[in-house]
Amino acid sequence: MSTSTETIEQFINREYQYGFVTDVESDEAPRGLSEDTVRLISHKKGEPKFLLEWRLKAYRYWLTMKEPVWPNVHYPKIDYQNIIYYSAPKQKTDGPKSLDEVDPKLIETYKKLGIPLREQERLAGVAVDAVFDSVSVATTFKGKLGEMGIVFCSFSDAVKEHPELIKKYLGSVVPYTDNYFAALNSAVYSDGSFCYIPKGVKCPMELSTYFRINAVDTGQFERTLIVAEEGSSVSYLEGCTAPRRDTNQLHAAVVEIVAMDRAEVKYSTVQNWYPGDEMGRGGIYNFVTKRGLCKGVCSKISWTQVETGSAITWKYPSVILKGDQSVGEFYSVALTTNYQQADTGTKMVHIGKNTRSTIISKGISAGRGQNSYRGQVKVMRSATGSRNFSQCDSLLLGDKCGAHTFPYLEVKNTSSTVEHEASTSKIGEDQIFYCRQRGLSTQDAINMIVNGYCKEVFRQLPMEFAVEAQKLLGVSLEGSVG
Amino acid sequence: MLEIKNLHAQVEGKKILKGLDLTIQPGEVHAIMGPNGSGKSTLAQVLAGRNEYEVTEGEVLYNGHNLLDLEPEERAREGVFLAFQYPVEIPGVNSTYFLKAAFNEVRKHRGEPELDALDFLSLVKEKMKVLELPQSLLNRPVNEGFSGGEKKRNEIFQMAVLEPKLAILDETDSGLDIDALRLVAEGVNKLKRPDNSQLIITHYQRLLDYIVPDFVHVLYDGKIIKTGGKRLALDLEERGYDWLLHEYRAQTPSQQPSLAGAR
Ligand SMILES: Nc1ncnc2c1ncn2[C@@H]1O[C@H](COP(=O)(O)OP(=O)(O)OP(=O)(O)O)[C@@H](O)[C@H]1O
Ligand SMILES: [Mg+2]
Repeated sequence: MSTSTETIEQFINREYQYGFVTDVESDEAPRGLSEDTVRLISHKKGEPKFLLEWRLKAYRYWLTMKEPVWPNVHYPKIDYQNIIYYSAPKQKTDGPKSLDEVDPKLIETYKKLGIPLREQERLAGVAVDAVFDSVSVATTFKGKLGEMGIVFCSFSDAVKEHPELIKKYLGSVVPYTDNYFAALNSAVYSDGSFCYIPKGVKCPMELSTYFRINAVDTGQFERTLIVAEEGSSVSYLEGCTAPRRDTNQLHAAVVEIVAMDRAEVKYSTVQNWYPGDEMGRGGIYNFVTKRGLCKGVCSKISWTQVETGSAITWKYPSVILKGDQSVGEFYSVALTTNYQQADTGTKMVHIGKNTRSTIISKGISAGRGQNSYRGQVKVMRSATGSRNFSQCDSLLLGDKCGAHTFPYLEVKNTSSTVEHEASTSKIGEDQIFYCRQRGLSTQDAINMIVNGYCKEVFRQLPMEFAVEAQKLLGVSLEGSVG
Repeated sequence: MLEIKNLHAQVEGKKILKGLDLTIQPGEVHAIMGPNGSGKSTLAQVLAGRNEYEVTEGEVLYNGHNLLDLEPEERAREGVFLAFQYPVEIPGVNSTYFLKAAFNEVRKHRGEPELDALDFLSLVKEKMKVLELPQSLLNRPVNEGFSGGEKKRNEIFQMAVLEPKLAILDETDSGLDIDALRLVAEGVNKLKRPDNSQLIITHYQRLLDYIVPDFVHVLYDGKIIKTGGKRLALDLEERGYDWLLHEYRAQTPSQQPSLAGAR
């Protein structure tokens, strides 16, 4: 077995291909966190008073909180005074009005990441909001979407152009009191994406946000807010990368989704933050709160995530099923290699009658990676006739990694059913040999086996992104691009 | 085609092959028989390049080259095919997709252009007729939930698509019903060409009624102790292995392990 383990390990040492740094001048806040930092960020963004007040409340609340210790992850204490909370590439003007005003270096950066911002170069049917460190640098297809009444813009623009919507929905799903990192984010978030789909409108293209951390020692704290009015639908994708650095960087984002009657929101994430090197140095701490509220009847929120990056991932995209017959879904692939740690899963809270939720989680651990699934299914007394199905599978590559499953099930009425299935398997040397005997290389064999294992989740991703995700998984598992 | 000289191999310190000699010429069909645990599958695995099986002595020439120097996938691309005694399941990986990847590896290796999905599909349809394999199997993940017999037929189907030069069939007949046995055997026969060879491991004469071997070898305790024509298989069917072992022990009076469980 030892030789076989070695063969596997050889192939999981990966190269991170997005580790480059863009040389741009940036406008940074001084290190450290205080009320002044919060005021400075709010001032820089020219925010209305209500927002500054909200930030300050969040900050004061955060001061009373303690960092959570319950996740199954281990890391040295974060020095919150040694982080830069705001960093923006310097702009000649007040903020670019069109792509022509965006620093060509930034456009080049996104191009290198495979995200061309020039609209004519875009994949047909995908609009992008590009967030670089603390600010959104460009949003494409704004005009075309605007004709349909869809608002898709940076969070900062939304604050300026639609303050009433922000006031109404900001913090309505994830209040700043929710948890330590949500409170921190609420105090210092700098930008993000906003999306509003009016009543009855089916968004004709994929909307996506691409997050990039560039500056050293900065934290990225962005917020995404999606509101889908009655009978509307939208599919949303989020991607993330960061340069290769020896120090750890903090990414603490909040995503809120509200779905009204019969609205459908599909949120897909391909998370590929820098994971640290093969010795476990550096990498992003990805501490994220994502939650959707199925507010209306028959509404549906579906989370699909492919998590291959970050030194530590701490993330539980959840759905509150408040509307009767609403549907929540969670599909996840989480890969940990080298010294990566992931504690991820979901929470499905059934409140409305006849609500349904599905959880499919596929964990893959390689190297010394530690992968935990943590899932909570809560069926309230009011949620009669509700159903949940959970399936949590773990795949181990090699024998130094670990997989852990923590399901929490709570059912408070008798007419509901909750099903939980779990499995742990090792990638078989037999399977690899079988593939090689048919002429496939070991790398291709591992890729194929792992991709086969993830199939149920990839199927949920929009077509082009499924292809991307497969490639990404391949790259993460190999030494080179396939 | 294949020349095995004084092959010794062990697994986890246990010696299994103990000086095996075998030569196969192009166009020949060889059958290997022998009691359970005598080393038949080990021979197959060694030829396919499974690294748990360590070769301690001897050599294997394949078309004049040292086969043992090649990685398993290189052997496969050079035309060595093993129909496994126990084919594994690969959940979630579509059979057609898998086979196309394998097929194109072989093409690439030969410097031939890869086939696209459409061309490959028509090739597959062609080959499927030969084996009367239900189309539905190919739309499913590799071997997942296949019955024992379906797995074996799928192996031979893969062989039909990949057109190997040296095909090693490890107990492909076991688990097949009577009709499937005939279909598989006919399929194998149709794949026979003057420039390729087949090494067929089996326990039963009935397969050899369909696939007529040029030579039959008996493997016992890691060595070939008897070689004959197709007649030998009939003798074995009738009389079992005991008489052979007596003969063998008489020739080599040294200590021989007893033969528990041999038929
Ligand atoms: N991985 C292994 N570890 C330990 N022993 C092994 C291993 N593989 C094979 N053996 C042993 O080597 C011997 C030969 O096994 P092999 O599978 O080659 O026999 P076989 O002739 O194919 O038998 P059968 O007719 O039952 O298929 C057996 O005693 C078996 O237990
Ligand atoms: Mg055997």
